[in-house]
Amino acid sequence: MEWDWNFVWDIMPQLIDGVIITIKAALMGSIVAMIIGLVWAILKRSQNKIVSKLTGYFVEFIRGTPLLVQLYFLFYILPDLGLLLSPLVAGVIGLGIHYSAYTAEVYRSGIDNISKGQWEAAKACNFSPRQTWSHIIIPQAVPPIIPVLANYFIAIFKETPLLSAITVLELMNQARSVANYSYRYLEPMTMVGAFFLIISVPSVILLRRLERRYSRRA
Amino acid sequence: MAEWSGYLFLILKGAVTTVELTVLGCMLAFVMAFLGGLGRLSRHFILRAIATTYIEFFRGTSIFVQLFWAFFVLPLIGIPLSPFLAGTLALGLNIGAYGAEVVRGSILSVPREQNEACTALNFSSWQKMRYIIMPQAFILMLPTFGNNAIELLKGTAVVSLISIADMTFQPQVVRSQTGNTTMPFLTILVLYFLISLVISTSVRGLERRLSQGLDVTKA
Repeated sequence: MEWDWNFVWDIMPQLIDGVIITIKAALMGSIVAMIIGLVWAILKRSQNKIVSKLTGYFVEFIRGTPLLVQLYFLFYILPDLGLLLSPLVAGVIGLGIHYSAYTAEVYRSGIDNISKGQWEAAKACNFSPRQTWSHIIIPQAVPPIIPVLANYFIAIFKETPLLSAITVLELMNQARSVANYSYRYLEPMTMVGAFFLIISVPSVILLRRLERRYSRRA
Repeated sequence: MAEWSGYLFLILKGAVTTVELTVLGCMLAFVMAFLGGLGRLSRHFILRAIATTYIEFFRGTSIFVQLFWAFFVLPLIGIPLSPFLAGTLALGLNIGAYGAEVVRGSILSVPREQNEACTALNFSSWQKMRYIIMPQAFILMLPTFGNNAIELLKGTAVVSLISIADMTFQPQVVRSQTGNTTMPFLTILVLYFLISLVISTSVRGLERRLSQGLDVTKA
């Protein structure tokens, strides 16, 4: 089968539509993952043994099961329970929760690096737990781990094609629909790979720069 | 609920496929990890270039895209692959690329004096690798290899999309036949988790056995 550039230009608008959805899903998924991950990390340090143990098991469970199955779970089962989600929203929640299990570990490493004196000082100043977290711990724990978190943004971005399985019209799905009515797989599938490289390679370079900047400060 | 046992059988059959894919994929990934990792550390520029291209390509695109590419595009250029073979190849090569970085990092983290001692004792480079560097580096690799194996297990779910009847595929069969959604999906979630527990505990056991008698500082 010959590579046909005209066909590539013909399908370009449709693929670009897909790229936009892909980027949107990745960005929103990352934001969800960053927020929920922090929640897990804080809950895991809770004084209450039951809360911290349960959080630990739950996070372990999310890490041990495939994202695709979790997406199916959200997409097929939540409607049965009366919670109707649009495919994109279900996808974003799925991506976010799955990767929150990973970002939680990153936050944990950042929090563990805070010296004990900071906690004691917060206690000495009569800070409430909320104040301790928001004024003392998080502002110190988060900046050093930003490059690692950004790594997970790239990981999330690469997982977005899975959303096509729950009918989100992202890049992969657009390519498949193009392929299905034109019976040409070579160009759409290869273009999907190319788009991913075009976006992920500059992000990696940006990431290296981010890493250098934050490591200099430390 | 009575017919549930029949469907459970269907899901367990899928589980066998998933385990097969995981084992075969892990074997391929293991080989590729060492080839890629040692290739990146090679003295020859060409070997380094090939290894780097392999690693960056497979880490830069997602397993999903690679799988579809292997399944839909390779037959067009004259390499027909069965779905199962395409799945094993894509999974093994993908996770192998991640493993290669682990191999490289672990070998580099063996202290330099060990290398110098080998030179002082006139070891050949094969002897150095086999008897001095690898036994120490391998223990460092194990925990991350365990994580990678779990990633591979989770990656196998994607093959259901190229029509392999694995553990993620079967619940949809059950769903379309019975309309029962919650039970099959919950079952496979638990099964996946159990398999990943098996992987993580056996890797931990292996780690304990291999580090016996070795003076490895545990973090």
